[in-house]
Amino acid sequence: MTEWLRKDCLGLRGVSREEIELVLDTARSMKEIHTRTVKKVPTLRGKIVANLFYEPSTRTRTSFELAATRLSADVINITTAQSSVVKGETVPDTANNLRVMGADAVVIRHNISGTPHFLAKNTSIPVLNAGDGTNEHPSQALLDMFTIREHKGCIEGLTVAIVGDILHGRVARSNMWGLLTLGAKVRFVGPPTLIPPGVQDLGVEVYHDLDKAIEGVDVINLLRIQRERMTGNFFPSLQEYSRIYGMTMERLKRAKPGVLIMHPGPMNRGIEIMSEVADSESSVILEQVTNGIAVRMALLYLLIGREIESDKPHEKKDLHTPTLFEN
Amino acid sequence: MTETVNRRLIMSAEDIERTLRRMASQICEKCAGKNLALVGVRSRGATLAQRLKPLIQDMTREEIPVGVLDTGLYRDDIGTTAVAPEIRSTDILFDVEGKDIVLIDDVIYTGRTIRAALNALIDLGRPDRVTLLVLIDRGHRELPIQPDFIGQEVKTYTRQKVAVCLKEEDGIDAVYIVENE
Repeated sequence: MTEWLRKDCLGLRGVSREEIELVLDTARSMKEIHTRTVKKVPTLRGKIVANLFYEPSTRTRTSFELAATRLSADVINITTAQSSVVKGETVPDTANNLRVMGADAVVIRHNISGTPHFLAKNTSIPVLNAGDGTNEHPSQALLDMFTIREHKGCIEGLTVAIVGDILHGRVARSNMWGLLTLGAKVRFVGPPTLIPPGVQDLGVEVYHDLDKAIEGVDVINLLRIQRERMTGNFFPSLQEYSRIYGMTMERLKRAKPGVLIMHPGPMNRGIEIMSEVADSESSVILEQVTNGIAVRMALLYLLIGREIESDKPHEKKDLHTPTLFEN
Repeated sequence: MTETVNRRLIMSAEDIERTLRRMASQICEKCAGKNLALVGVRSRGATLAQRLKPLIQDMTREEIPVGVLDTGLYRDDIGTTAVAPEIRSTDILFDVEGKDIVLIDDVIYTGRTIRAALNALIDLGRPDRVTLLVLIDRGHRELPIQPDFIGQEVKTYTRQKVAVCLKEEDGIDAVYIVENE
């Protein structure tokens, strides 16, 4: 039997097939709780989960919060605008203060890639990456895979097209690592400016023509244009992007029957996805949101539901001067 | 193999079958005409529930709903083990409200699993009554929980293990006491 022995959940890169399947199987059991009248189990009673969000989020933060409370854990929400972060406190300092106040795990989102990894090395409690810059968003990819598995039975052998802003897309990266590990084919679709160069070497196929790319695929995952992360001009205009890469009903009709339309949210209706597509029978976008809670319950359970070795002051061992540039 | 040296058979396949038949008629006697339902504790309790179902139905001529309960989320040792215990699904597709439920497990020992099972069950609704059936009662209770239907009581030492093997999962029907060195 597979066991989850990692202290943290930082990304899906390097995570084995067995570990991913363990999370998905555990999530399937967690989902049953959602169908009950009393949607709560006592599993993590007395545990505290700290949500540390350095970037805006509604879905992911609420989802982690609901996941924790369904397992009877208590939640502290720190949004940086109202916290000591604005006074210049480092991420490990903030997290370790929460730890000594009793937090058993930290869920962190940060605009700089690698921040959760850096924090994980500098705190003894489990760290869950809720999105770091353009790097990874593992819980999103896991819930995407969970949703695909529910509809298709199995991931192996499927072809998944991920369309849009791959360059700035942490959802795309986590999905790529996870899907490839589980034996799916992955297609990245978008304008050349929004596809990271050399990504083919990792085992994905790159398409610049959406109509060709969606031929024969089982899943189409549409990503938002991450304007807040763009530092230059990546395409002439949103209208043009939408015309070439927007998912329309006409395109959907030409896709394989039974194709799933997915979107990690927030959707920009009329840009990467037309309203009729978002609300069509092929769309599983709202299911993804529901499944997100089950997947995050599984992650919280696997990370906190065991003896955490060191409540011993880890920082005494090796606390470097915090610099975000080291890995 | 050292395994064979260290274990002693306490129930054969025939013993198990006879015992299940006896317990099935005891259930009928006690619960006939009620809103009977069986709930097995994963995993061998669930297998026993599946075996008891036709035996009871033969006597009552009524369809009896059977559910499977996983106690993982209700354990009292979460956070104390090196790895979080495996969580499997609870599949109780009928409404437990108003039911006369026979909770079924293979072995009762400390009573902690049954405590967890009762909490899990009651989170799903309010049954009219819950009774407990076990194939083996090996003693050493740590909680005030006693079974209503017992296949066989066995005196054991805490160092020993009671291994219930069932065809569906283990290929054979047998119960052993295993010495743990």
